[in-house]
Amino acid sequence: MMRFFKRAELALGVCSVVAMTLVGSCSSICCSSICYAIEPADRSVTVLDPIIEAAETARMAAVKRAMPSTVSIFVPGGGGGGSGVLISPDGFALTNFHVCSPAGSYMRCGLSDGRIYDAVVVGIDPVGDLALVRLIGRNDFPFAEMADSRKARVGQWCMVIGNPFLLNTNLQPTVSWGILSGVGRYQYPSGTLLEYADCFQTDAAINPGNSGGPLYDADGRLLGIVGRASFEKRGRVNVGVGYAISIEQAKNFLGDLHSGRIVDHATLGATVATDPEGGARVSNILDSSDAFRRGLRYNDTILEIDGRTVHSANQVQNVLATLPAGWRVKLSYRNDDETRSTIVRMASVHGPDELLEKMSAALPPPPPTPGPKAPGAKPKGDEGGDDESEGDDKEKLPKIIPEPNPHGDAEPASESVEIPATVKALFEARRGYANYHFNLLKQQEFSTAIKGQFPGSTLDRDPGAWLVEGTTLGDSPRDVKIQLADDRYELTIGDKTIKATTRAELFDGVTARNVSGILACLDSWRRMLRDGTDKFGECYYRGRVPLLGARTLRDCFVAVSGELETSWLSHPDTKQIESIEVFADRDDDPVELLIRWGEDKTQMPQEMDVRFGTDSVLALKLTGWKFGKDTEPKE
Amino acid sequence: MMTVFRIYTVIVALQSCIGLSSSLAYDADIEALTRKAQSAAVKIYGAGGAGLEAYQSGFLVSPDGHIATVWSYVLDVQPVVVLDDGRRFEGTIVGFEPQLELAIVKVDATELPFLELSDTVPEVADPVLAVSNLFGIASGDEPASVMQGMIAAVTALDARRGTFKTPYSGPVLILDLVANNPGAAGGVLIDTQGRAVGMLGKELRDAAAGVWLNYALPANVLRPVIADIVAGRTIVARSQKAVPLPADKSHALAQLGIGMIPDVLESTPAFVDRVAAESVAARADVRPDDLILLVGNTRIEDQRSLIDTLRTIDRRDAIVLTVQRESKIVSIKIQL
Repeated sequence: MMRFFKRAELALGVCSVVAMTLVGSCSSICCSSICYAIEPADRSVTVLDPIIEAAETARMAAVKRAMPSTVSIFVPGGGGGGSGVLISPDGFALTNFHVCSPAGSYMRCGLSDGRIYDAVVVGIDPVGDLALVRLIGRNDFPFAEMADSRKARVGQWCMVIGNPFLLNTNLQPTVSWGILSGVGRYQYPSGTLLEYADCFQTDAAINPGNSGGPLYDADGRLLGIVGRASFEKRGRVNVGVGYAISIEQAKNFLGDLHSGRIVDHATLGATVATDPEGGARVSNILDSSDAFRRGLRYNDTILEIDGRTVHSANQVQNVLATLPAGWRVKLSYRNDDETRSTIVRMASVHGPDELLEKMSAALPPPPPTPGPKAPGAKPKGDEGGDDESEGDDKEKLPKIIPEPNPHGDAEPASESVEIPATVKALFEARRGYANYHFNLLKQQEFSTAIKGQFPGSTLDRDPGAWLVEGTTLGDSPRDVKIQLADDRYELTIGDKTIKATTRAELFDGVTARNVSGILACLDSWRRMLRDGTDKFGECYYRGRVPLLGARTLRDCFVAVSGELETSWLSHPDTKQIESIEVFADRDDDPVELLIRWGEDKTQMPQEMDVRFGTDSVLALKLTGWKFGKDTEPKE
Repeated sequence: MMTVFRIYTVIVALQSCIGLSSSLAYDADIEALTRKAQSAAVKIYGAGGAGLEAYQSGFLVSPDGHIATVWSYVLDVQPVVVLDDGRRFEGTIVGFEPQLELAIVKVDATELPFLELSDTVPEVADPVLAVSNLFGIASGDEPASVMQGMIAAVTALDARRGTFKTPYSGPVLILDLVANNPGAAGGVLIDTQGRAVGMLGKELRDAAAGVWLNYALPANVLRPVIADIVAGRTIVARSQKAVPLPADKSHALAQLGIGMIPDVLESTPAFVDRVAAESVAARADVRPDDLILLVGNTRIEDQRSLIDTLRTIDRRDAIVLTVQRESKIVSIKIQL
């Protein structure tokens, strides 16, 4: 039972709370109650109820556990700042896009140990308002343990630790305590970006400057990334309604953020409406969408997406908006009493240029002149979640705060900031990327991995031609022979042979949904081993994606050569390549080669499966894999 | 200064204790309490626009669909009520009490989860949960928002000095949580027993200091009124059965000396525009800008209903007008 705490017990609570600086909550209380007579505390000390003592001790332990991973972010040059949270010992930290974007590539980060570290931006998700940054200088940073945020329930205690009003000039983060007021909340995009879906709502005080910081559960595990609050006529201070992006969503995007890219969100290519009788009905669908190719039609009812049950249009959007573009996820739907389960590949919400344009529009304009602002100047006009008023009145209602808030979220850094060499060494600008440097690192990782496993590991030089042999799986096995060399692509199944001499013919094989699609997959693999990422074509690390709609998320590496785009999906731990997809046309199914390895990863794979969409066109058991001269006929 | 400091200290102390239960056995209970309160909370949609939110909160006080909420402009049209389970209903206003700014809306459903109204006043430092649809965050079957805090003070809301513009001047529960946000009015405050101990009031701001008040109307004040309305003992609704009397037998505005603002809307509020000198209305002190809320026990929705209602009353009988005059509720008896 939640207990009635009487005044005698209350007096004992004072010292611990002062030590924990429950700043946010206190200020609001004082404002509301100051005019009213309240009985003074009874100072007589009684024995503390052991239950209260245990609860208090547990809470303080949780704060102690959580606080070291909290980051106070300051934009050099006095351009504001915000909060963040460390998630790995090598310094990767999550924050908001709207906190880090005004800083550009470089920011200064303080930890509760009193030290300040340089940090560089890694990847950004402007739609989801997430950013990954890396603190530089240690390999043993304290970091937060992630909670399973799907298990969080309304009413559970939680805490927000961060840098509200940029108070943490002593680098000691501010703690505020509350409950989860709502889970699975949806907050419409503010402006054109910053959509908060399936997010947490809390009454723990969230103020400007808390943005990007952690929402922890009562045990100090990371539940979400704070980033937005409902502000209205009372000014830009907490009114008991703050929002945090769930850590589950952050986990979905983490792989993509590590790629250094500017990441986009997923769209199904269909719109849904809540049926008056209940259920999410498809109200419109693009015939170029993968969902359409997988059979989803107008008026079908969507039952589950990515393993999550949906009953309304809101719930559909709540799931979709937490998924990165390009993911394949499981989809269950019903049409005419038949229920179907399939896998659907998501498209991007934005075209690449469209997202960049919206981003630049979302950024605050640079300050007109350096130096102090004129009194009464309008505070920054950025789209930051914290800057948001809620509802229709945000433009019309004057803010209560008469002066520009000197302690708000990040403002644009002045251009005179000198970027340290350690940061410069970890940064490379490139269109479409927040920081291309981190993508290059991942490309190198991929190169090493592909060479370190079969068949790359068996070769000490250019393999030249390949000869892959096997038998089809099924009742009447037939021999399969695949020969690959420059200008010679052959697939023989039983007594039928498909021959091609140019890559253009491979393209045709993919668009024709032909078994010869396997040639395109294997040839991309062969050429990547031969040419490496430098010569193959335009290469990049995409991030982490589900394999056949399922987790564990796989590393995804993409390379474009001519008109064919190839994706390699490899297991994050073993680095083993498990799937190679070749796209001929973005609006059509790629050919997908699934590779099944045996126990011994240095040996050739055991089986392969060639698919278009969800249809297998060829499944084979491998019996031999030869290279160079060994591929020539013996006679 | 000393007083202010001591209040601050006490409140900080209070704050510490509500937050005590981090990972201990309380948690299951606060979740269960939350769920119980949410299941009885409703979202109410009605009139609004032009800077006024067209939504507010309410909570079920009977299993048969009686909902307590605040009486406000949102109810100027027939409200749409969305229950916690997502079901939508057209609500009917079955009663209201202007002095308490309380309205009872009924939906046509049975076996609904509801909250018992406490008959005792909570004490200072009692932990409470506030459940409302503040900012309209929840829609459809999404549960209402829950906030935690405690009773900071139990005091009287003195409306007469004009500090807070509200007709209510009775006792209020001052809360240490920022409960009274847009759309929160009509939300419920529950104690650790899961009883409704208060109803969140409309947003109130100290005109001089600019401070927003966080408060609730105590359940023990609302309880007898709600009980009467639910039991049908108070009829504050338009009587559909009343038969109009002949025009020369009934009351009429002109005869009383009351001129209304031009009736140009589909539902023009019953604002008095002018009062004829020496008329009975003038003698009874009806004033321009009075908003007529009730004639006897009949709720006046607009000028049409005012005229219709007057037509049902014999002019030999006295009438009692309940009017809102700025933030006060005034009762006026008129006898021809």
